Amino acid sequence: MAKYNDNLIVSSSPHLVTALDTQKTMLIVMACLLPSLVVSTVVFGFRVILLTAVSIAACMFFEWGWNALLKRRQTVSDCSAALTGMLLAFNVPAGLPIWTLLVGDFAAIIVVKQLFGGIGKNLVNPAITARIILFISFATEMTTWPAPKYVADATSTATPLGVLAEGSIADLPSNMQMFLGNIGGSFGEVSAVALLVGGLFLIWKKIISPIIPCCFIGTVFAFALIYYAVTGQGDPLQMAIFHVLAGGVMLGAFFMATDYVTSPLLAKGKVVFGIGCGLMTMVIRLWGQYPEGVSFSILLMNCLTPLINDFFQKRMYGGKKK
Amino acid sequence: MGKKHLSSVHVAHYKNTAGCATEVMPIPDIVKISMSQHIGAPCQPLVAKGDYVKVGQKIGDTEAFVSAPIHSSVSGTVKGIEQARSAAGGYDTLVVIEPDKKQEISEEVVVPEEPKDLAEFVKEVRKSGLVGLGGASFPTSIKFNPKNIDDVHYLVVNAAECEPFITSDHRCMLEDTEDLIRGCQLIMKYDNLDKGYICIEDNKPDAIEHLNKVLKEKGITNIETFSLQARYPKGAERVLVYEVFGKVMNAGVLPADMGCILDNVTTVTKVGHYFRTGVPLIAKRMTVDGDAVAEPKNIIAPIGTLVHDVIGFCGGYKQEPRKILMGGPMMGRAIPSDEMPIVKNNNAILAFSKEKSLVKEETACINCGRCHEACPFNLIPTALADAYERNDAQALFDLDVNQCMNCGSCSYVCPAHRPLGFMNTLGKTVVKEAGIK
Repeated sequence: MAKYNDNLIVSSSPHLVTALDTQKTMLIVMACLLPSLVVSTVVFGFRVILLTAVSIAACMFFEWGWNALLKRRQTVSDCSAALTGMLLAFNVPAGLPIWTLLVGDFAAIIVVKQLFGGIGKNLVNPAITARIILFISFATEMTTWPAPKYVADATSTATPLGVLAEGSIADLPSNMQMFLGNIGGSFGEVSAVALLVGGLFLIWKKIISPIIPCCFIGTVFAFALIYYAVTGQGDPLQMAIFHVLAGGVMLGAFFMATDYVTSPLLAKGKVVFGIGCGLMTMVIRLWGQYPEGVSFSILLMNCLTPLINDFFQKRMYGGKKK
Repeated sequence: MGKKHLSSVHVAHYKNTAGCATEVMPIPDIVKISMSQHIGAPCQPLVAKGDYVKVGQKIGDTEAFVSAPIHSSVSGTVKGIEQARSAAGGYDTLVVIEPDKKQEISEEVVVPEEPKDLAEFVKEVRKSGLVGLGGASFPTSIKFNPKNIDDVHYLVVNAAECEPFITSDHRCMLEDTEDLIRGCQLIMKYDNLDKGYICIEDNKPDAIEHLNKVLKEKGITNIETFSLQARYPKGAERVLVYEVFGKVMNAGVLPADMGCILDNVTTVTKVGHYFRTGVPLIAKRMTVDGDAVAEPKNIIAPIGTLVHDVIGFCGGYKQEPRKILMGGPMMGRAIPSDEMPIVKNNNAILAFSKEKSLVKEETACINCGRCHEACPFNLIPTALADAYERNDAQALFDLDVNQCMNCGSCSYVCPAHRPLGFMNTLGKTVVKEAGIK
């Protein structure tokens, strides 16, 4: 029997590690976005798939190109750039010109992510920030909403929140339509049910913690309930459900606000983060210039994350009292 | 009190050898007995080249307080005293003995008379050479003699065996039940303890059932089994105290300060064995497993047997080993050579092939928080690792790096494969060097 005394691997314990890695995490999140992609394709047609594919490819290309240019270790294979591309595509109208989307991909990967040091180092969520950059820079393109296929005789339409901002509660689509997704809007945001399925799967698989989505959605619901009860416009319960289903709340709460890098680490911090997102969203929706506030609220809370992390120091087991 | 259980992780059990009855390994052609098999001062060899030694003969001892004597596991001729690299990275003195395979028992081995009081009991335990066999190898005689003996009321027997692969404690409970119960009773008698808990993870229902049955048959009511969740690291001392008593145990505090004597199940069994036979600790039950081993099994090997010979007894290597561990995969040590000898606290030898051995490439932290959720002590390993990388001793101290027991749960769950536990170990030295207290 041969002896082994010079070529054995000597490494620190533990010698077993979990099978879950960054790449698998990102791929699971992307898989959980697929139900929404399917509904969007049904509602808006195949351009949705084209936009998503282009955005994913572009983000991966920018990530690869930056690393190649700076001779850094390639990080394309961790799929986080692909996820950013997918999320950004979900945040645009189905009719957006492809070159505009490419500008957004560049902003997301190069400006927001790589200039701050790449994966794990970015301060704010790349997809959300790129969406806001597009929204402000290309206001017309970003607010031209193609009509859903199953709404008769229209080439373009307004989003439910747009309708609400005009002040006509009576013209809003029914909450069932909102839930299923047969409405105008950024194509990945329209179907609450598809996003809910994906989001719950993420929670079940323990990829994300339920704290942020629960606090975010709960705050939006409670805020709307109180607001409409006090002002007496419409039925408070119906309007509260409407606000949860409308716009980017579902996509934002489950997929964007829960981004590991830009959300707080500890449970208490996550509660504050989720509630903050919900409050900001409703304040912008009800009193702000824009009809929708999910992106801005997440961006703002992203900026506050380091502060929240510092504020909530966890008491250690057996540690000194602080 | 806070939560019922401390955080833990689910690690696949791989208890492949749980059903393998222990086989006694024949005496090998050479044994190398280390003179430092316990925490504390190493022993001085009491024999010289050319001496003839017998089984159970004391061949190493020291005057130091924290120490345990060392006995020959074989009869044969001392071939020499050599210095060799140890698994911990330093150098050890080894007594090399060529066995004559007659296994002549030394005259020193006599069944001890019944001790009259605690002092005599402790003296006998020291003579047995017992150390903590769960891994820390703290001399057992010192544990049995706490300073605050009047405040100590409980015996906690650690039979959690939360490390994957290892089943030696499990087999010990099934095969040496009599010695285990005798050991418990002796310790409880001399230390005047009220209650004994044998803590077993619930993935060993047969052991729990078996012990309950035997305890009932014997009519023993002051010793009970205590079922633990089968999650890692329930067998860690400070975690176990919390699980049993619900009390927070700080780092650097002794179990005696928490009102209990806490010992590994094999240690307690060996106490019973020693007072029955007078044979000191010269052989050890261990699990031999891993995908590079042809016939994984549980064996009893003489202390000082080379790892190479242990694996040879288990059918040799099935494929080329790239990593050999002394101990379990979570906290065990990777050894550089298979010519190292077995020491007292070895409870497993695991040999892994290339696919199972490669260290995964470290990627950037994505701040997912899994390390923090896994940590039994609520530490924030990712923040500790960042502080270590900045060489920031004050931040490491403020984040309680010294509370870390290096269980490796954080490294296990990290999707970026960062060596978080290892960085904490290094972080502790940074704090120490900076002199922060």
